[in-house]
Amino acid sequence: MTDADVIPVHETALVDVHRRLGARLIDFAGWLMPVQYAGILEEHRAVRERAGLFDLSHMGELFVEGSAAGDALAAAVISDPRTLAVGRAQYSMICAPDGGIIDDLIVYRLATERFLVVANAGNAAIVSDELAARLHGWGAVLDDRSLATSLVAIQGPAAAGVLGPLTDVDLAGLRYYAIAEGAVAGVPALVARTGYTGEDGFEVFVDWSRGPEIWEALEAAGRDAGVVPCGLGARDTLRLEAGMPLYGNELDRTTNPFEAGLGRTVKLDKPGDFVGQDALARVAREGISKRLVGLAMTGRGIARHGYPVLREARRTGVVTSGTQSPTLGRAIAMAYVAPADGEPGTILDVEIRDQPVSGEVVALPFYRRSR
Amino acid sequence: MVPTDLRYTKDHEWVRLEGGTATVGVTAYAADQLGDVVFVDLPAPGRSFEQHATFGVVESVKAVSDMYAPVGGEVTEANAALSGSPELVNSDPYGAGWMIRVRVADVGQVEGLLDPVAYEQLIAEA
Repeated sequence: MTDADVIPVHETALVDVHRRLGARLIDFAGWLMPVQYAGILEEHRAVRERAGLFDLSHMGELFVEGSAAGDALAAAVISDPRTLAVGRAQYSMICAPDGGIIDDLIVYRLATERFLVVANAGNAAIVSDELAARLHGWGAVLDDRSLATSLVAIQGPAAAGVLGPLTDVDLAGLRYYAIAEGAVAGVPALVARTGYTGEDGFEVFVDWSRGPEIWEALEAAGRDAGVVPCGLGARDTLRLEAGMPLYGNELDRTTNPFEAGLGRTVKLDKPGDFVGQDALARVAREGISKRLVGLAMTGRGIARHGYPVLREARRTGVVTSGTQSPTLGRAIAMAYVAPADGEPGTILDVEIRDQPVSGEVVALPFYRRSR
Repeated sequence: MVPTDLRYTKDHEWVRLEGGTATVGVTAYAADQLGDVVFVDLPAPGRSFEQHATFGVVESVKAVSDMYAPVGGEVTEANAALSGSPELVNSDPYGAGWMIRVRVADVGQVEGLLDPVAYEQLIAEA
């Protein structure tokens, strides 16, 4: 392989910070990202007990603005962003005409005519192109600021106490799934109370070049509280315990929102048409052909992505994500199975290295924080 | 430095030969590359393996990795402590984190493994 064959990898503005902290860096969705620093288990526990810092600058930030921005977005995604009050957010998806999921999104309403759509890193370019096409002809424009935005998250029970003194945003008044404009460590920022860990926490959007300032301010302010840097490894185990889907594992083009257990995000009755509406209405009417479930493993072994799921030796589905749960101390997994095999309490087998290992269908999430 | 009294494989296992019995584990380098080990699957005593055959599996939070028999023979003991404390593989890979003991069929196979200097070189180049 010559140098010319090396696929270029994006680096976030924080790459030197990660190197200073001894991160193990990997290629993730075309980005050089930290998978771990001290270790996944330690980082995971820090977020559950104290707080963790995450560089999420690889994610896509798409701003949609214009007099028809709300109507245009409502026609492009499955939720209804017009119902959002200014300063609030909703979980959403962009689907293909056949109802398959192109990406899952968070839509924030920043002003009456201005929205922020956050997309997964691996899909950011696809979503950007697709949204631009769907907004065409409406009174709305798309400003893709993915490569101009740094995103730093602080997640965990200590997050509000660490971030609070650094910002003029009233965190006590900032509800879950809300966003406010302000300053963090003197840097103009959007502060959202959202996350992907199952804990209380915040996501801070700033200009690309200001990412390291925000990170270092949070790192210093959080030192006494035991805040640690966290990589994508802990992010994955945290979201899995919290029963949150990951695009590429639980969500993809061959899956619709109802199958993923996210039918509540589909607003079939919203005013106007939207892409995927007919297909999704049919699914709502006729039912789903597979169902996302949680599995708590009772046998010995860890169910992993791609392992077959059986019911009494009959194949019923496939594992989408699985790990040893650091919080619960047992192996957990998410899987798609036939709807009839997905009732909580059902005993299924996961085929692990040609051996059936039993697990019980349980309601998601596996972990819910105490409030 | 890796322990000088052991032999090694390119798959990052180590072997300690005492009499006709080999103790087998994974190296500190392998444990570090895997990350936090959360599950170890080992064979029952009495099972026999050819050299290079898969004898067990070690799993970290993120990764699943096969372990290959550095020498052929019959398993006389598997480290039961790893069932409840797989983290020993990270904390003490050459000691309490050992995997299996094997009655070696052909001691000559041990001689064919990497010596400490050759293994050091292998991980330096990795």
